[in-house]
Amino acid sequence: MHIPDGFINGGTSAGAGVIAAGGVAVSLRRSADVLDDKSAPLAGLVAAFIFAVQMLNFPVASGTSGHLLGGALAAILVGPWVAALCISVVLLVQGLVFADGGLSALGLNITNMAIIGVGVGYAVFTVLRRMLPANRSGVLAASAVSAAVSVVAASAGFVVQYAIGGAGSASVGTVTAAMLGVHTLIGVGEAVITALTVGAVLSVRPDLVYGARDLAATPLLAPSSGAL
Amino acid sequence: MMDRKQLTFLLVGLAVALVLAGIVSFYASSSPDGLEKVAEDKGFIDTATQHATGDGPLADYGVSGVDNERLSGGLAGVIGVGLTVVIAGGLFLGLRAVRRRTEAGGDRPPTAVGGAPGR
Repeated sequence: MHIPDGFINGGTSAGAGVIAAGGVAVSLRRSADVLDDKSAPLAGLVAAFIFAVQMLNFPVASGTSGHLLGGALAAILVGPWVAALCISVVLLVQGLVFADGGLSALGLNITNMAIIGVGVGYAVFTVLRRMLPANRSGVLAASAVSAAVSVVAASAGFVVQYAIGGAGSASVGTVTAAMLGVHTLIGVGEAVITALTVGAVLSVRPDLVYGARDLAATPLLAPSSGAL
Repeated sequence: MMDRKQLTFLLVGLAVALVLAGIVSFYASSSPDGLEKVAEDKGFIDTATQHATGDGPLADYGVSGVDNERLSGGLAGVIGVGLTVVIAGGLFLGLRAVRRRTEAGGDRPPTAVGGAPGR
C-alpha cells in the first residue's frame, strides 16, 4: 500500500503533506500528555514490531500479496495518538532508507496509513468494545474487525487521492473496485495478525494493552491470578 | 523506574521483531502488494517515477554488495528494526521528558505535582 513517487500529482501530494503534518503535530502534542515510564518504551517496541511485520508479505490471491499496516494494532496497544506517531516513524524509515514509498508521497502514505488507518481502526475498535462483552474474546473480536476495516479505509484514502490527482488514465470507478476488493482480502490477514498479537500481549501483560485497560483492573485477568 | 518484568517484556518483544525481520522475512511472498497489483492491472504502474533514494545502500530491503539473498534481506531487516526502535524510542522518551518538565514546572500548584508519587 506504499504509494511510490509519481502515482499522484504534486499538488495532491502536497495537500496530503499538509494534512499529514497537521495530524503528526496534534499527535505529538497529545502523546506528550499521555506517555509515561511504562508506555514510552513500549511504544518504541510497537513501532519496531510493526516495521518487522510489514516485511512479511502474505499471499492473498493469485500473484498478489499483502502485509500488515498495523494502524489498528498500534492504536489498540498504545492508544491512537502514539500509534499515529509509531506508523509515521515506520513510514519515514521505509521511505528514506529502504526506498519503500516515495519521498514526495510520504504525506499521502502517512495520511492513509497513520491517520486514516489508525483513526478508523481505533474508532471501530472503541465502538465494538462498547457493544461486545468486556472480556478477552470481546477485545479480540473488536481487534480483528477494526483491523480489517482500517485496511479498507486506508485503501479508500488512496482512492480519494487517485480521484483528485491520479496520474493514471484508469477510471476512478475501476480503481475503486479493484483497490477495495483486494484490500478486503488483505484486511482478513490484518485481522488475523492483529488479533494474534493483541492476544499474545493480553496473555502476558494485559496491563500493557491500552484498549483493554479496563480488563487489567479486574481480578480475572490480573497477572497474579496465574490459573486463568 | 522500569521494573524487571517490563524490561523482560521489551527485550523479548525486540527479539521477536528481529527474528521476524531478520529470518522470517526471507519466506515472505514476493508477489506485488495490493496497490502494486492494482496499478499493474489498471495500467498506471508506469506512472511511478524513480525513487530519490532508490540507489541507496539499503534500497528495496537488501544490503547492496551482499549477494546472498537471505543474508542481504535479513541484514536489511535487522538494520530497519534497529533504526525504527532508536528513532521511535528516542521520540517517545523525549516526549515523556517534555511531559515531566511540564508537570514539574507548569502552572499547576505544588500540591498537584505532589499528587504523582515516584516522579
